[in-house]
Order: sequence, then structure tokens, then C-alpha cells
Amino acid sequence: MTIRDKTAIVGLGATPYYKRGQSAPQTLDELVGKSILAALDDAGLGVGDVDGFAYFAGGFDTGMLMETLGIPEVRFSASLTGTGGGSAGAVGLAAAAIVSGMANVVVCVGANQQGAQRFGSITSRYDATPGNVFFSAAGLVGPGHMFALLARRHMHLYGTTRDHYADVAINIRNNALSNPNALMRKPLTREDYFKAPLLADPHCLYDFCLESDGAIAVIVTSAERARDLRQPPVRVLASAHGGARDWGRSIYWMNMPDEIFASSGHSAVARNLYAMAQVNPSDIDVAQIYDHFSSQVIMQLEDYGFCERGEGGPFVSSGATAFQGGQIPINTDGGQLSCGYVWGMTHVREAVEQIRGVAVNQVVGAELALVTGGPSNVPVSGLILGK
Amino acid sequence: MPSLIAKRPAVKFFNPATDKWTQPFWDAAVQHRLVGASCAKCGAFRMPPTPFCPHCHSQLLNWVDLPGTGVVYSYSIVASAIMPGMDDCLPYVTAVIALDEAGDTRLISNVVDIPVDQVRVGLKVRVIWDDDWGGMTIPRFTAELR
Ligand SMILES: [Zn+2]
Repeated sequence: MTIRDKTAIVGLGATPYYKRGQSAPQTLDELVGKSILAALDDAGLGVGDVDGFAYFAGGFDTGMLMETLGIPEVRFSASLTGTGGGSAGAVGLAAAAIVSGMANVVVCVGANQQGAQRFGSITSRYDATPGNVFFSAAGLVGPGHMFALLARRHMHLYGTTRDHYADVAINIRNNALSNPNALMRKPLTREDYFKAPLLADPHCLYDFCLESDGAIAVIVTSAERARDLRQPPVRVLASAHGGARDWGRSIYWMNMPDEIFASSGHSAVARNLYAMAQVNPSDIDVAQIYDHFSSQVIMQLEDYGFCERGEGGPFVSSGATAFQGGQIPINTDGGQLSCGYVWGMTHVREAVEQIRGVAVNQVVGAELALVTGGPSNVPVSGLILGK
Repeated sequence: MPSLIAKRPAVKFFNPATDKWTQPFWDAAVQHRLVGASCAKCGAFRMPPTPFCPHCHSQLLNWVDLPGTGVVYSYSIVASAIMPGMDDCLPYVTAVIALDEAGDTRLISNVVDIPVDQVRVGLKVRVIWDDDWGGMTIPRFTAELR
């Protein structure tokens, strides 16, 4: 038994995307609450219908959300472990709760508000532990600095270049230009890219995702109940999370075997995800690839089988991932590199809009959408949505 | 323009912490000995040291003196500050060092004291020690260039 095609996303709600810190004086709980109320309204449901919460990265205080939103009773409240790796998998957690009878209407919500602490330097603020001494002594002050080491190894093994990373950033920026929700709506030229500060070579400023504030919620319920609601159901065909021991703590470990070091760590999840959905990479019409760093977009395209390992750079540079004329358009809203960063929930949002057929950059006839969670320590996750 | 020399990262972002599994590594560091954690039962190295051998689940470790040499497995040049307090230490080079005679284990560290444009994957390096670095002695790596 799997969760294949037994549940659907029936509601979607989001706050605007704000540049880092500009969502103040709203509180984080307030942003979360606004997205949940908007998602319920979108679905034609009320707070009395909600009986579950499925989170990632530790989630939020369910009791507090019930108190302030007036949700009378909850039967399920759980979170994936890890960090942004679980954004796509939280929908699978919701589906698991519904299919097993532990809940009927589950909220998945992600949000961030970067006031005092910027995510770009978040590892420098981790509590000192015997494990992180090894990387804090080396000055690995943020995730972009750590993933730069994987990006460099990819360049060494496969001949990937900064031009390839530039093409990822430019490709995704092009999609943001027409999106009124996007924070970055100026064209990005190759000249701009190569003039940008090298924060952690080979990563420059434009290889890093935005630091933004915002909240996004989706409502998941059973396929039967979804039929009678306000929106056309977006079918949850598969959601998987986890990963291989050889990836493990990944950037916090740096001892992955060579064949996995220069990857996104998603290959096990990709295999399980396609098997559950009973589809192949060539069946996917549009992909929302977690783009905290441009180099990791290339490695995920490889792990998800859109091209061979090592071919991700030339694949992107060939135009294969472009919205216009690409074989697999990616990050059609402008992604986290150029639209907004909400710990991967932006990707879930864009996939829902693509399957509903209402996206700003709509892929004509899109029937299957892939969403990935952030490459990071296990669990990483993936999601396939269908019309 | 001559290439800049690789510096050290800012000590202000470093907070020491150890436990019984990592303490021997840092105790040896004070004596300027680079050591590796080898399973006393099956010999497998693991880095960083953890409570169990993943191969045989033995908890017994031998702390083996390593030659202190290795090669740069991957690296990144940090040339711009992302927060206050970084400017004085730029540029510095973060690196993953594949350690000689320590199985397939690697150490997260820095390449220092050589021009940053000389750092490359495969560069042979040797350990040097920074004493009194935020309360610990820290291994870093440098190279003889010819
Ligand atoms: Zn052993």
C-alpha cells in the first residue's frame, strides 16, 4: 500500500513575499496564521474542518495556532526532522495521516522571518556542539559556504563551470520577470553575474537564494472529500522523504563517498518517489527544484534523472530547463533565487498553481509537477502532484 | 596583480565544544599531533569520531598518529563578507582535506599561508597548528609551492 493518489491539495494560501525583515511589525505567528486562513478560504473550508498539522523543520506551535485561529480540536500534529529538506515531504506526512485515518483535513505550512538572524549566516549562530566545532573552526559560516565545497568538487569531476551556474541563475531570473509576486524583477545579465561578489567561490551573490520573509500554507484532504470542494483537486501522486546513509549529515559531515559527495543527496528519494507515482522523469511536465544554491539545482537535475550525472551544467546551458521551449521547465515562478524564499514552500505553491493551470508562467497542458525539498542533511524529500 | 595570501577565518565565530568522543582528537592537537579515530575491532577510520563503528558497532577506538599530510579534496575561497567581523580575515580558503593513512576520511579545515590562486583540488598539503584559537588548538593545512 502507498499514499499514491489517495489525497489532494485543495487549498493554497500565501502572504506576500517580503525582503528580509520587511514583514515587521507582523509577527511570525501572524504570517503563519494569515497563510492558513487564506488557504482554508481558498478551499472553501473553515477552521472547524482542520484536524491536523504536518510540518517540516520542526514546525510551529500547534497549540498556539489553535488558540489564535480558534481551531477546536486536532488529532494529528507532527513534523519531519531536519531542516528545509522536508518541505516537499511535509505534504506526504499529511497524506500519511489522512490515508491512515489519523486526520481528515491537514494543514502544511512553512514560514520564515529573518529579522535578527539571517539564514545566509545561520550556521555561525548554531549552538556550539562537538560536531560543529569541525566546521565552525574552518569559517563555514553559512550553508552557501558549505555547498560551495560540493560545487567545486562537481566542477573538478565533471568540468562544470561558473558559466553553468550563471545559466541556472539567469534561467530562473527570466521566469521572475513576469511574476508580480517576485522580489527580483530586473533582468540578470552574464556581466552582472560575473561582477558580483564571490561570497564563497565558486558561489557568487547570484548563486545564493534570496533572504526573504513570508508564509505559505496548503490544505490536504482525502481524494473523495476533495471532489466536493471549491478548487479543482491537485492530486498527491507521491511524496517521499529520507535519504541514504552515505549522504547522511552531508554538508555537516563532508565524508560522503566520492560518487555521492558532488550530488544533491536526492537519488534515493527520487527512486522511491518515481516508483510510488509510477512515472518516469520524462513524464514530468514542470519541476520546482529547491534552489537555495544554483549549483544544487544542477545536481538535483542529475539525481532526478533529467540528465546523466555530471551533465547537469551543459543540460541547463542548452536551454533544456527554460520556460520557453525547454524540455523540462524549472522554477517557473522565479524560484527562491529570484521570486521569494520560504523554505521551499514557494515550490509547493508554484506546483499547485501549475497543476491548477493558473500559474503566471503556465506550462501549457501541465499534468505532472515535481517538487523537491532542500538538499541538506537527511531527510531530503520530493513530491509529485498531478491533475 | 599578485594573488592574495590565504588568511584564517575569524575566531569570533568559533565556539569550542567537545565530548568524550572528540576530546582525544583535540587533546592530541594541543601536542601538535594529528590523529585519526580507527575502530579497535575492524580498523575502519571514521571522521569525525562518533560513538559506534558503522561497520561492526564496536565502541572501542584506537587513536592513530597520522603523518599530517593529505590532499585538497575540495575547497572554496571566501572573498567577501556576509556579516560584520569577517572583513579583516579575507580572503580565506575553506577546504575538505583527504587525510593520508586514515582510510577514506576527510577533515574540514582551511588552506592557509599560500596564494589563494595556487589552491586547487589535488594539491598536496601538510598540517600546521594554530594554538590558542578560541580556546583550542586547530589544525590547518598549507603547501610547499615550487
Ligand atoms: Zn569496526
